[in-house]
Amino acid sequence: MSDCYINGIANISAQPTSDPNLFLDEIISHKESIFRSHDPNYKEYIKPAAMRRMSKSVKMGVTAASMALKSSGVEMPDAIITGTGMGCKQDSEKFLEKILYDDEQFLTPTLFIQSTHNTVGGQVALGLGCKAYNLTYVQGAASFETSLIDAQLMLSEESEKNVLVGGIDEVAKNSTLLHKLDGQIKGDDINVIDLFNSGTGGTVHSEGATFMVLSGEKTENSYAKMVDIETISKASEVEIKDIIESFLDRQGVTMDSVDAVVLGNNGDIGYDHYYENLQTSIFSNTEQLCYKHLIGDYPVASSFGFWLGCKIFENNRVPSILKVNEVSAKKYDTILLYNQYLGKNHSIALLQRC
Amino acid sequence: MSKGVAITGMGIISSIGNNVEENLNALKSVSHGISRIDLLETRHRDQIMVGEIKKTNNDLERELGLNPLNSFSRTAMLGTIAAKEALADAQISDVNEYRTGFISGTSVGGMDTTEKYYLQYPESEENRRYIKAQHAGYTTQSVSNYLGIHGYVSTISTACSSAANAIMLGARMIKAGKIDRMIVGGTDALSKFTINGFGTLMILSDEECTPFDDNRKGLNLGEAAAFLVLESDEIVEKENKNILGRVAGWANANDAYHQTASSSDGEGAYLAMKKALKIAGLKPQDIDYVNAHGTATPNNDLSEGVAMTRIFGEENTPVFSSTKAFTGHTLAAAGSVEAVYSLLSLRENLIFPNLNFKTKMKEFSLVPQTELIPKEMKTILSNSFGFGGNCSTLIFTK
Amino acid sequence: MAELKEELKEKIIEQLSLEDVEVSEIGDDDPLFGDGLGLDSIDALELIVLLEKDYGIKLKDPKEGKAIFESIKVMADYISKHRTK
Repeated sequence: MSDCYINGIANISAQPTSDPNLFLDEIISHKESIFRSHDPNYKEYIKPAAMRRMSKSVKMGVTAASMALKSSGVEMPDAIITGTGMGCKQDSEKFLEKILYDDEQFLTPTLFIQSTHNTVGGQVALGLGCKAYNLTYVQGAASFETSLIDAQLMLSEESEKNVLVGGIDEVAKNSTLLHKLDGQIKGDDINVIDLFNSGTGGTVHSEGATFMVLSGEKTENSYAKMVDIETISKASEVEIKDIIESFLDRQGVTMDSVDAVVLGNNGDIGYDHYYENLQTSIFSNTEQLCYKHLIGDYPVASSFGFWLGCKIFENNRVPSILKVNEVSAKKYDTILLYNQYLGKNHSIALLQRC
Repeated sequence: MSKGVAITGMGIISSIGNNVEENLNALKSVSHGISRIDLLETRHRDQIMVGEIKKTNNDLERELGLNPLNSFSRTAMLGTIAAKEALADAQISDVNEYRTGFISGTSVGGMDTTEKYYLQYPESEENRRYIKAQHAGYTTQSVSNYLGIHGYVSTISTACSSAANAIMLGARMIKAGKIDRMIVGGTDALSKFTINGFGTLMILSDEECTPFDDNRKGLNLGEAAAFLVLESDEIVEKENKNILGRVAGWANANDAYHQTASSSDGEGAYLAMKKALKIAGLKPQDIDYVNAHGTATPNNDLSEGVAMTRIFGEENTPVFSSTKAFTGHTLAAAGSVEAVYSLLSLRENLIFPNLNFKTKMKEFSLVPQTELIPKEMKTILSNSFGFGGNCSTLIFTK
Repeated sequence: MAELKEELKEKIIEQLSLEDVEVSEIGDDDPLFGDGLGLDSIDALELIVLLEKDYGIKLKDPKEGKAIFESIKVMADYISKHRTK
């Protein structure tokens, strides 16, 4: 396995995370079951002529990509890989509604052009004039992680490359609401910070983007080393425990040497037992951190875990709002991430200080 | 030359046939699948020509033996039929005997069901199980769960190059030893969403499409699914597997020119072909035949043609054809549909013709192969390009 | 005619999301594409739909748009001659 370093990172979420100097010092409290991102000033990053056709996810993606490149000191990446669970949902929804309400008449191209899943990847390439490899993964809650697997593979082929990897998902007015109808989003608004005590099915939904610059070479900007990453399409909670143990085994790591676990609990009583089963067994003596009571859930919400890992290494501390058990680590050198959604699209990743 | 990754099985369903043999027979008898729309509900029914698979969703459900309350979109059902055939062709009975993964390309996933039920969802509970089925990843998991593959599963959505990119990723993962076996390909059903979308770009032809013709009027949309089984040489050796061909070269590059249109110098396509040749360890003159993207839009065929003249030289461009006049442009599935046709070309030593071509384009002297001809071939290059400047090239060898 | 030109300017700004552009900034003879307003091929397709939807003019070939959308003045002339609504 070749080395894979995170040399730049940026995040936009429902918290003020786009400012690289802050680390969850102030928390916005959300009171709805669907809420929007806390936006940076996109005009600082995107020219008005380019901006006019951009939906939220394109703005978030292009901006986070530019911030991540800046933090890595890389100007032109050798590959752009994006992940999105639902793609450019706002424009897809508008185009679909026009088809249905106007009986397939008077449709215009802009919405359709902007509706494809690889719109963000294409726009980032267009903005940079980057002619390199450009792929988009769409695999539910593992969309960001499958992108990382490609980046890791690419660095094993050519380690000197700089790969820009991003995850983006946006809220769309009506199609997001549909997930209240099928039980994925809680029917009633809640105080999001109390998400883990909701006692109800479904979760809360939001939007955001994370971009990272990965390279096979360590630099002075390196935030972390991504030791390995794995995705599992479908598994039971018993199987997941075994899979995590053999994942760690392959890295020659035991749970004793993991300083903290970052978990994707999302307050859905139907599925949080996947986490609870681990929290009360193999993770019981490890500091446990959760974040979806701050940023909500969406397919690439798990990318926030990578941002957290990098920020923890950078700041050498964990904001107490993230802690969900009594164990406190003595140091933060090794962090394990685990996420799943509706028992599918599980992902496991191991980060180390470098 | 690179040895490449072994292909041990293939499966396909398209408007010219429900399996590999039917597709081959249609190609050999030069009988295309372009028609008026019979099944899909749309007001454009009589205005455009498409490559429609003449099976209703009920037919497909029955064929797959699905529970009446299933949440398979048409895209997922087509994908399952083709992937199932590919596994059977590779003589795989226990899908979990080796580390096996699944990668599917799709453009709009289960949009075909969403557009049917979207307006009913708020009032009626009946079809709400399809809400989640819109997502592209869900389409892929409908297929992978049906096949019993639960480990590495992913979906690539880069518009019309999706399946080509899925084949590329599978080959790379096997080559790197990350996995032993990968089922790769793509699936897309016709939908109002894509018909109207391409309609707004004014690139849908109201006649049978004419790739690389000077008077080309645009593309015919089609629906299809096609999958390949890629296996490591260890498995091939151990199980003494029959090899259909190898994926020897692959590359993806970006045109970085325009969100949908291709550049006039075909830069992205040129870079993709150049890099794929490099990975395969081949020279341009080693290519025996090019299965072109050739959608028959004014923009694509010019850009791709220019890129081919840059790679091969205008006088030395190998025999080439676009098979899209047989199937229509099957969007995300096109790359794997044309991979199956390339493998059939290698097996049968036949070049499938570029139908409907009459007049040479003004911009260059390239003329596609218009008749079915026999040719001994070792190496085929296949192009697939998509929105977002996405350009992919695959090279298949015997 | 002056009214039609004003109407067109408003519609173009709205339809093409030209948020930073004011009606008064678009001259009747300014080129809409390239150096002038800076519109591109996607905008041309948007304008073709605008012709159809608001003025009942149906273009079959997107290439026809090039000449018609040269400037507000040319566009207004064309619409007043060919409009069916």
